[in-house]
Amino acid sequence: MSAADTIQRLDKQQLARRVARDIPEGAYVNLGIGLPTQVANYLDTAGDYFLHSENGILGMGPAPDEDHIDWDLINAGKQPVTLLNGGCFFHHGDSFSMMRGGHIDICVMGAYQVSTRGDLANWHTGDPDAIPAVGGAMDLAIGAKQVFVMMNLLTKTGESKLVEHCTYPLTGLGCVSRIYSELGVIDLGPDGAKVVEMVDNLTLEHLREMTGVDLTMAQ
Amino acid sequence: MIDKQVRTVAEALEGLQDGAAIMISGFGEAGVPAELIDGVVAQGACDLTIISNNAGTGDVGIAALIGAGRVRKVICSYPRMVGSRHFEERYRAGELELELVPQGNLAARIQAAGSGLGAIFTPTGYGTKLAEGKETREIDGRQYVLEYPIQADVALVKAYKADRWGNLVYRKAARNFGPIMAMAGKTTIVQVEDIDPLGTLDPETVVTPGIFVDRIVRIADAGKAAA
Repeated sequence: MSAADTIQRLDKQQLARRVARDIPEGAYVNLGIGLPTQVANYLDTAGDYFLHSENGILGMGPAPDEDHIDWDLINAGKQPVTLLNGGCFFHHGDSFSMMRGGHIDICVMGAYQVSTRGDLANWHTGDPDAIPAVGGAMDLAIGAKQVFVMMNLLTKTGESKLVEHCTYPLTGLGCVSRIYSELGVIDLGPDGAKVVEMVDNLTLEHLREMTGVDLTMAQ
Repeated sequence: MIDKQVRTVAEALEGLQDGAAIMISGFGEAGVPAELIDGVVAQGACDLTIISNNAGTGDVGIAALIGAGRVRKVICSYPRMVGSRHFEERYRAGELELELVPQGNLAARIQAAGSGLGAIFTPTGYGTKLAEGKETREIDGRQYVLEYPIQADVALVKAYKADRWGNLVYRKAARNFGPIMAMAGKTTIVQVEDIDPLGTLDPETVVTPGIFVDRIVRIADAGKAAA
């Protein structure tokens, strides 16, 4: 058996918990559709966090019970949500000014590919038969002060989603600051990819081998 | 006396012509002026350009218009949704033009139209396929893409309440594109659940001032839970 079998990969819930640990109280945060939404489950309930939804909500709360579903109160994934005390509504112009204008502290998104310099590809696979749809991904990518990508570094077939150059259509250039993955946390930037932490029983050499990209340890 | 209320949807849509560009408020199902869209289906105008965040699902609303072959072009950010088969069929058949716009650029271009701006420089989309062939400029060390306003002949908007001057109040996240589209339509037509007597809407809560509204039609929403 290879060393790979002892690597303590994070599962989705552990990953969501890990991302939540890096979101400070008081942060204005946009959580993308899908897995990033789970991060909300691990934010300290005693603290004040401001969840933003692109369709015009700040102070978004969890899903309602069945008796309190209101279809005028939905999130970006079109699922029913609630409004916390102190939450508010606004129109789409203001909502995207919050992103583009640099007022959102952190956004968490998924990705198809991320480059070591922080280029993001997460809106289109490039398949010519696919119906293209972009939503708010490009605005969030370039607008939030910090863009966290939450994804498995390796696809099911073992290909690395962290690459030197994205081959999928880009969402934004140099916009991702950090990747949270099943294998560890990696900072990205003009100087390349720097490993901040790795899961147990994983070595830098092994991580380089699996991803095929140049990685160094963060100082 | 000025009273912008009309009695029927058909009256509200009077003058809608073939080839019109129509803005339609809403995000998913919230804030979609469903009865006004039904009215467009019944009215018969064709060769339409639809400007909306989504391109409809199922067999109702924008999807019904597309399914009936009445739409030439869609300008939106997210046409692919569960049940968006009418869009998919027409698009794949090459019968429907799509201008895909990042959602924030869609909002900003609509705002530019309503605000009388000639164009905007936006950082969103720079370096991506959606900015290919577009003019760019570096301003203060950052790269921007030149984008033009999106004009509409008619804006169809759903709000919660109005008064006869056209002042509008919205409900929760159903506000979404309503206020900015109301400003961008040459003719803005609004469906509301209630029309209150002049002076009874709290002026501090009015989101869309009546100057942006041309016609109001009341559609009681019997289906909504009292919550």
